[in-house]
Amino acid sequence: MKVFLMHPNRDFDPKQKLPFNEDALTQDLELNTLFNAMAQGDEFLFDVAKQSVLSSLDSPDAIRYRQEILRDCLKNPAIVREIYSIPIESIENKHRHWMGIFSKYPSSILNGAVEMLEMFVVLLKKLKRIADEHAQEFESPGFRRFFAMIQQELDDEYFAVVENHLKVLKFRNGVLISAELGNGNEGTNYILRKTNYDNQNWVKRILARKSQAYSYSLPPRDEAGAQALENLRSRGLNLVANAVAQSADHIDSFLNNLRLELAFYIGCLNLSEQLAQLGGPIAFPQPAPSDERRHSFTSLYDVALALTMKQKVVGNDVNADGKDLVIITGANQGGKSTFLRSIGLAQLMTQCGMFVPAKSFSASLIKGLFTHYKREEDTSMQSGKFDEELGRMSVIVDHITQDSMILFNESFAATNEREGSEIARQIVMALLEERAKVFYVTHLYELAYGFHAKQLDNAIFLRADRKSDGLRTYKLIEGEPLQTSYAVDAYNKIFRLNEHEKDI
Amino acid sequence: MTFYSILFEKENIQKEAAKQPDFFSDLNLDQVIDAIAARKKDYNLKPFFYNHLRDAETIYYRHEVMRDLEDKVLMACINAFAERMIIVQRYMRMVEKLDSHHHKQGWILEAVLLYCEAITNFAHELEKINITSRGLIAFHEYVTTYVHAHTFQALQKEAQKVKHELSSVKYCVIIQEGRFSVRRYEGETDYSIEVEQTFEKFKQGAVKNYLVDLYKGAGMNHIEAKILEFVALLYPKPFAALDQFCAVHSRFMDETILVFNREIQFYVAYLEFIAEIKYKGLNFCYPQIGVNREVYDYDGFDLALANALIYTEKPVIRNDFYLNNPERIIVVSGPNQGGKTTFARTFGQLHYLASLGCPVPGREARLFLFDQIFTHFEKEEDIHNLRGKLEDDVARTHDILVRATPDSILIMNEIFASTTLKDAVFLSKEIMAKIMELDLLCVWVTFMDELASLSEKTISMVSTVVPENPAMRAFRIIRKPADGLAYALSLAEKHRLTYEQIKERIQS
Repeated sequence: MKVFLMHPNRDFDPKQKLPFNEDALTQDLELNTLFNAMAQGDEFLFDVAKQSVLSSLDSPDAIRYRQEILRDCLKNPAIVREIYSIPIESIENKHRHWMGIFSKYPSSILNGAVEMLEMFVVLLKKLKRIADEHAQEFESPGFRRFFAMIQQELDDEYFAVVENHLKVLKFRNGVLISAELGNGNEGTNYILRKTNYDNQNWVKRILARKSQAYSYSLPPRDEAGAQALENLRSRGLNLVANAVAQSADHIDSFLNNLRLELAFYIGCLNLSEQLAQLGGPIAFPQPAPSDERRHSFTSLYDVALALTMKQKVVGNDVNADGKDLVIITGANQGGKSTFLRSIGLAQLMTQCGMFVPAKSFSASLIKGLFTHYKREEDTSMQSGKFDEELGRMSVIVDHITQDSMILFNESFAATNEREGSEIARQIVMALLEERAKVFYVTHLYELAYGFHAKQLDNAIFLRADRKSDGLRTYKLIEGEPLQTSYAVDAYNKIFRLNEHEKDI
Repeated sequence: MTFYSILFEKENIQKEAAKQPDFFSDLNLDQVIDAIAARKKDYNLKPFFYNHLRDAETIYYRHEVMRDLEDKVLMACINAFAERMIIVQRYMRMVEKLDSHHHKQGWILEAVLLYCEAITNFAHELEKINITSRGLIAFHEYVTTYVHAHTFQALQKEAQKVKHELSSVKYCVIIQEGRFSVRRYEGETDYSIEVEQTFEKFKQGAVKNYLVDLYKGAGMNHIEAKILEFVALLYPKPFAALDQFCAVHSRFMDETILVFNREIQFYVAYLEFIAEIKYKGLNFCYPQIGVNREVYDYDGFDLALANALIYTEKPVIRNDFYLNNPERIIVVSGPNQGGKTTFARTFGQLHYLASLGCPVPGREARLFLFDQIFTHFEKEEDIHNLRGKLEDDVARTHDILVRATPDSILIMNEIFASTTLKDAVFLSKEIMAKIMELDLLCVWVTFMDELASLSEKTISMVSTVVPENPAMRAFRIIRKPADGLAYALSLAEKHRLTYEQIKERIQS
């Protein structure tokens, strides 16, 4: 029995190695804001959100598999949360009753395991009931398969067999163990046997038959003998105790997997509820294969910003289909960084099967996401700032492949404009030729203008909008790079105020 | 060819010495032999190493066996045999301690089975190997005859038959509180499998293993013994057969094979020991050995030191020596910590190991067949000894010279250090004269350069320093006149106090 709600044919791997640049991504894209919104204070949900958002899927089909399950969840949130409560209950039961398999003795291992199984049977019955009652309300192949499996595997007959075993496994009337003569005529190959009698008093019946048997009762004070007998019993129970304990573990991990694989969707439900409160739209993205170049959306907004501000934020409409290079220039405080972040976030959300914060969104999948942002300070003091930037770039180059996407945010500006532009130009040209997709937010006019002058078919230039009075709209428009970034606006804003004061 | 012993060709078998020779600890041979014997604790091999041979013929007899054993296939086959024989002997020792009748007999049967298997396989494997040594050829003949003899064949067949019958016994134990019953097994199914199958569908990948390690060594408690007693009542026939078998075959092991099994380990242990040393790039060779006093060894080294350095990166220093007639005495001088003592030990070790019939450290060697080795290494002052240290030194030297013959080897290490130089030179010269008179082979480590050129019988060897870094000693001992300067000069250079250095420093 497999949960298979995260992948159509395999378990979700919570330990899958995350990209080497997870820290950079988390920082640059404000991912923790997203994870916190999904987790709502639950550490487990946080971890699963982080793990799934950062381990991108690589095929449109795999993404659609999750999208359909997520649609079912958005439609039936209460039922999904009820299923999610089953593994939670198992965990709580274990904590409350100190359940577990800890011992070093087969008989205690057996007892502990039987106790766990009894608890699991109750929960599995509950899961079966939910499946019986609500299966038809779900449409995704993932949930349909899941419910069908529950109904088929956990029928009444099966529960009867299991409950009978749990009764027998208490061995109230003693155990029957077969053995053979090993080296030195010492008993070996101890195997617990099933009695051919179903009823309680099998011992009497076995011994009452004609077959020859010899019995021995321990003298009352023979403690060594009692211990020896117990050891022998342990030998007999060892295999079955192992089988039962492993079965308990398997069911335990089935429930854990259920919790794990639902946790992602619970996180998505949490997020969707918050965005709905802010009035932010969500849409299921259209994933395209990674060798295509698709990137078009309407009202794409920065979900991290919206969650932080707790309000609806401005979205952007862009059609960058067929483009490999997107250069963003324009006014300070004009929403360039926000836009870049929304690009990165939407890509990760798309590739984990989630909805995106937009009215519509389609993008080709990428094989890796990289961010290269200007860092505030060189904390190490080991290398100059520019040196440090090049160092990080070099590490990215170690990892980048075809059909990756890289987001530059004011990179290579820590030197004079000409050198910075030239280095950036060489880097970007090389990346484009290696079929990487590049988003570049920059004030380097020479860089932006240089690419614009090339009239590349696969490049698009966006500019932070500015009304003639200097007011920002925080919306990006398509447009060629301008030589000023309107820093003068900021300058004026501050200085005019002071001059004004002087005038008085 | 009749087989006597793998260590001795004819009936010249030595008695085993119980005590290690006096010079062992001075030469660090105790460390070497301990290390060799430690890997074969079951055999008590040390006594083999405590007796050296006096005839070259037996030494060459052993060389042949050693060379045969350098064949990895033969070695593996000896080892397989030995491993089985160890277990056989463990079983038999265990049988002594057991109480339960059927239990005891059960282990005797196991011992017989394993013994037969060990010898049959061994004889069979030896067939395929090209053996050239007199010792192993004779043994092979012996063991082949033994295996094909009717007695052995019958023993093996009968043991197998009894074992087969016992293995077919299958019984059931019903365990209840404070009580158990035993009866025949009647086809009841395996319950663990059924439980496993029931929960099969939940399999989620790897889970923990809950099998408790209930291993216990061989042996039975009284409950198990009682069960066995009942089993014997349920199945009387196979147990009767076992009784009969044990009564007939109480002494089943062949004495000659047992002795071989132990003696061959002398070779195995030594070869395994030096194999590890060879990994360090060091050579061993089979020396010529005889009465020729023109001895030599090239690339020799201290085996105890090599063994101590085996797991380190440190290189082991190799040294050459040779003596041409009439040279007899190697006087070693030079800086301290320069490997002088190591050199002296090497000389002694080489001769001793050669006299056991073992390959020795070095590329090529000719060594002397001595009668006794004497060592005089400086000892800690002994409070119980009422004589002073000097007097003690003199007494010990005297004692040695009384017992030594022209065929003896003498190794003197820094004696007479506790007196004035003048006295020491005087005493040394006196003793040196006596040694020369005896004409025996001697290595003398000393700080007294004067001894190095006393006569045509002495040669001088000096510990050396690395030319580029005089403060670092090279540990190589080379044949050259003793000048007494090397070490002092290197220290002076290090402190920039040589003539040129001091002038230079003053001029600048």
